[in-house]
Amino acid sequence: MKIDKNTINKIARLSRIKLDDKESEDYIKDLNSILDWVEQLNEVNTENVEPLSNISSSILPKREDVSNDTNSSEEILENAPDKLEGFFAVPKVVE
Amino acid sequence: MSKSSLKQTLKDLDTKKISIRELNQDYLKRIKENENLNVFIHFSEENVLKQIDNLEKDNSAKKLKGIPIAIKDLFCTKSMPTTAASKILENFNPTYESFVTQKLLDEGSIFVGKTNLDEFAMGSATNTSFFGNTINPLSKENEPLAPGGSSGGSAAAVAADLCLGATGTDTGGSIRQPASFCGVVGIKPTYGLCSRWGIAAFASSLDQAGIFSHNVEDASILLQSIAGFDQRDSTSAKVDIPNYFENLDDDLNGKTVGIPKEYSIDGTPMEISQIWEDAIKVLEKKGVKIKNISLPHTKYALPTYYIIAPAEASSNLARYDGVKYGFRSDEIDSLDEMYENTRAQGFGREVKRRILIGTYVLSAGYYDAYYLKAQKVRKLIADDFNKAFKECDFIVTPTAPSAAFPLNEKQNDPIKMYLNDVFTVPASLAGLPGISIPFGKDKNNLPLGIQILGKHFDEQQVFNAAVSLERSYE
Repeated sequence: MKIDKNTINKIARLSRIKLDDKESEDYIKDLNSILDWVEQLNEVNTENVEPLSNISSSILPKREDVSNDTNSSEEILENAPDKLEGFFAVPKVVE
Repeated sequence: MSKSSLKQTLKDLDTKKISIRELNQDYLKRIKENENLNVFIHFSEENVLKQIDNLEKDNSAKKLKGIPIAIKDLFCTKSMPTTAASKILENFNPTYESFVTQKLLDEGSIFVGKTNLDEFAMGSATNTSFFGNTINPLSKENEPLAPGGSSGGSAAAVAADLCLGATGTDTGGSIRQPASFCGVVGIKPTYGLCSRWGIAAFASSLDQAGIFSHNVEDASILLQSIAGFDQRDSTSAKVDIPNYFENLDDDLNGKTVGIPKEYSIDGTPMEISQIWEDAIKVLEKKGVKIKNISLPHTKYALPTYYIIAPAEASSNLARYDGVKYGFRSDEIDSLDEMYENTRAQGFGREVKRRILIGTYVLSAGYYDAYYLKAQKVRKLIADDFNKAFKECDFIVTPTAPSAAFPLNEKQNDPIKMYLNDVFTVPASLAGLPGISIPFGKDKNNLPLGIQILGKHFDEQQVFNAAVSLERSYE
């Protein structure tokens, strides 16, 4: 079993998702079955194969290096759950 | 019910046989009559009437003036909320317009509403939405069927004739599979053809916008409208967009179609193999050369996809943290508590599953074994297609391994659900354009789909083959 209780807690922590015990158990089962299933990729010989990260066959054009100031802070803050004096507001992080 | 085509409607509007108001009131009436299908996450009659008022005051000529279009609720729209079918974006009102929807607005189309989808486009049945299932309009009474997914609401909107076209997005089959399930046309163009600016991101190396429509001609008109370069999406391609509709040519004489032997999969229903054979026979009669091809890494496409897509999703969905927009949990004793509770309460089960698996395959010690390995296999899958396209002009396969299945049937076993994408995922990994068109029925009279794949940026060939098959089937 690749994923045990410790591993799922570690991943959940990295993902910033709180899991209750029932959920942890379900995800341990799900993730192990998915990881067993993807294991079949080990059958494929990938020696000297370059990993493919961008599939596009077109040449990605460069844009001109000019700055532009859209000054949209009000718009950006419009959907914030909490804001204060032009900033996003979050719970206190320093004592 | 006879459905008008976009092409015919444009003519009728042009010759004043019908007004923009009459046309859209017809659609509004049907939308209200079909509320039980749960096609829309957001629908406001008032909003549609306002758009009609504005267009009536506008004297300029526009290509899609007055045409009712449904928008998948993954595209940011200024005039309507955008939720990605997630609780975490329940109250999100974008302050900007996506590239694709802006193009449609510039051409004068009317947005009838925002359609339902699987949460963040993760699913194959539109059953992971925070806003409930969409019901396939082809369902019989008391036997609700899934519309496919993730763009199930858009496919259902076209199938129930609630619009003349709809936008969708396709990461591993999210346009083609629901098109097949709902008996409509759905095209996913080449990766990079349409800018993804303003579309909530799922897996950025795969996501692409596309179109649902009643027929191939309409799809060719609409795809041209949403395609194009945009510097705000760094993967958007600077290529000339042909007039697909004007260039449509159903004469396939002398062309070669590739038939991949690896798409004959054990357990595929007879009816699906049968329509595939039928399509090949039709093409042969039209003077198309049939070429048996091999795409040897096909069986590894699904496991490759289910490493790459969740990995990219775990990164893309990190932005939903309860700070900048959307839902924030009430339990916020500390900053970390706020993140963890917001994401625990804001995301649904399938989305969390994919974030967790994605985080695992990217984590220290596992990156090479999973993510890097998957990227290498992806290269081999793309190379398979490159080799195959040296011998053929387009490829024909079934779209999905089944017709529409009953709602909720495949919910418990994730791998079984993932198998829905078996015929659509390989082309997504290779970035190729693909269309699904209705072709034949199963024993319960439900539509089945044929998929046509083309070379990068050869949407014209895909449309030509599709229109040719469609015309011979009608």
